[in-house]
Amino acid sequence: MVTGDHQTLALLLFSAFVAVTLGITTWVSRNRHGSEEEFYAGGRLFSPMENGFAIAGDYMSAASFLGISGLIALYGYDGMLYSVGFLVAWLVVLLLVAELVRNCGRFTLADVVAARMAERPVRIAVGSSSVAVSVLYLVAQMVGAGSLVALLLGGTGEAARTWTVIGVGALMVIYVSLGGMRATTWIQIVKAVLLMAGTVALTVLVLIRFHGDVNSLLTTAAERSGHGGAFLGPGLKYGGDWTSRFDFISLGLALVLGTAGLPHILSRFYTVPTAKAARRSVVWSIGLIGGFYLMTIVLGFGAAAVIGSAEVRASNASGNTAIPLLALDLGGGADSTGGTVLFAVVAAVAFATILAVVAGITLASSASVAHDLYASIRRRGGRRHSEVAVARIAAAVIGAAAIGLGLLARDLNVAFLVGLAFAVAASANLPVLLYSLFWRRFTTRGAVWSVYGGLVPAVLLVLFSPVVSGAPDALFPGADFHLFPLQNPGLVSIPLGFLAGWIGTVTSPEPPDEARHAETEVRALTGAGAV
Amino acid sequence: MEQLDEQERAGARGHGVAEGVPRQWPGGPGARVPGAAEIYLEVQRSPAFQEVRRRYRRFAFPATFAFLLWYLAYVVAATAAPGLMARPVAGAVNVAMIAGLGQFLTTFLLTWAYARHARLRRDRAALELRWDTQEMTRGAGQW
Repeated sequence: MVTGDHQTLALLLFSAFVAVTLGITTWVSRNRHGSEEEFYAGGRLFSPMENGFAIAGDYMSAASFLGISGLIALYGYDGMLYSVGFLVAWLVVLLLVAELVRNCGRFTLADVVAARMAERPVRIAVGSSSVAVSVLYLVAQMVGAGSLVALLLGGTGEAARTWTVIGVGALMVIYVSLGGMRATTWIQIVKAVLLMAGTVALTVLVLIRFHGDVNSLLTTAAERSGHGGAFLGPGLKYGGDWTSRFDFISLGLALVLGTAGLPHILSRFYTVPTAKAARRSVVWSIGLIGGFYLMTIVLGFGAAAVIGSAEVRASNASGNTAIPLLALDLGGGADSTGGTVLFAVVAAVAFATILAVVAGITLASSASVAHDLYASIRRRGGRRHSEVAVARIAAAVIGAAAIGLGLLARDLNVAFLVGLAFAVAASANLPVLLYSLFWRRFTTRGAVWSVYGGLVPAVLLVLFSPVVSGAPDALFPGADFHLFPLQNPGLVSIPLGFLAGWIGTVTSPEPPDEARHAETEVRALTGAGAV
Repeated sequence: MEQLDEQERAGARGHGVAEGVPRQWPGGPGARVPGAAEIYLEVQRSPAFQEVRRRYRRFAFPATFAFLLWYLAYVVAATAAPGLMARPVAGAVNVAMIAGLGQFLTTFLLTWAYARHARLRRDRAALELRWDTQEMTRGAGQW
């Protein structure tokens, strides 16, 4: 199925992207010697449109591009939940978070919470949960990179797959530690444009194939899926017993509430000058992301209709390779020039996507390590390294960790792994953020409890879920120590995070700090004193 | 509107200029001056700020409640009433598809409505409060 031509062309295109992005990195980092403002926030002078594209670039991951369309190609309508949830989530960001976070914080999520609390414990808590979310999200992207290469090089690519994951990890460390936020933002913008262009092209080709008749696209998809009409309604993946139905609700909850707790998304709002610019960048990104997810639905059903679900499954059991296969066919088949070119373009775009997203997350998590954890934990009076230097080292360590975990988790569906990262973000980061912004009586104890009360259950429930053990497609299929029936912990852990924050606050011995709450509220809504 | 933007950007860029303003409070650099806390409490109690907050919350809270409810109804209906969701509407398009696309549509509409509301009803008042508050805190020596 895959010939040498595909590989050569795809590798050429991908090398071009790497060369361009490395060029951007060196270009933007010339004559700039790492102030914190520069490294974490890229100087804060991006325009709303630039930042809107960068946000879309950060958010539209390989998980969306490959994973969601794959799930739709295999399970039809049930895969659509991801598309809908990933988009609706942006309303939480737009209405409740973006402007207020831009006004209150400097570089990280912890800045917002620490503004009205005892700084040290809050920074350590929020910093740790941010790193946890980021690492989980990174693993998903690494798995995506691995499965893409496996497809590209056919069945013989086990070593190549390992080396790709390592190579992606190394590149991201270079981007982040040399270029900081400015380079990362430009890479996101380039990638967002490439990804949108690629997706539009494929969508148009799918629609042309069916003469613009959506009805015949859906009917053919249903026929070739082997499920008939059931393919177009809910229930194929999550319809069986009540466990899987609750899993669906749990996932839906995590998707819609997780985005507003993702550290790499929140840190994007600091790259624009004002809250108004932050709002306008979200409006841009909602337009881009909405359009993109609508197209993933067409591509998913298109893959089912053109390739057939059985063949998609034969290539990759979790559907991650549906889009490249679709491109090959739409271009004219495996032996045609068109097929070769389109396949190579799609593969290169997917690589670019992975690289860019991975760089964004690595930057955000290294900011959490240096700005929140290191700044709080280092001994007072001890030797003080510059925060930016620590952030650069942290980027390398996080890269190494992500490579290791990415190799371990390589057989899981990427969209599903991202769902887990969202669940942890929604449980640990969102409650503390919303309470700090909107609850007058919120206290330090409430903040710390809320973070750990969401983070610990979320991580434990994943560890004791069928994802890790006790199922044939688990991480450790040989062992069985699963106690929790659901794959996604959100349904339990998100309410726990909110509950823990509430209990911590009402049992607090010290009263809430009225003056600092007033300061937070005034700053959040007016922008007074914002950096 | 564009004029306002320029003003706003210039303000954000120039925030460091106040560094040289003489301090009235003897707190010294970096010390938390009691005056600043008083000022924020005072601004928070002012009718102008209460109005900005009321306008924000009156839009954001009900809208959040509404779209979360609509989304949860969509998710729960898919699991609890798959029969209803699978009912065909036109050709291969069924209720579930319409509901899913409806989510996209309402998201776009709400985004537009919120941005419009903030631009027309909140931005100007918030910006004025920002300058006033910064003037006052500057006088109090927080900068």
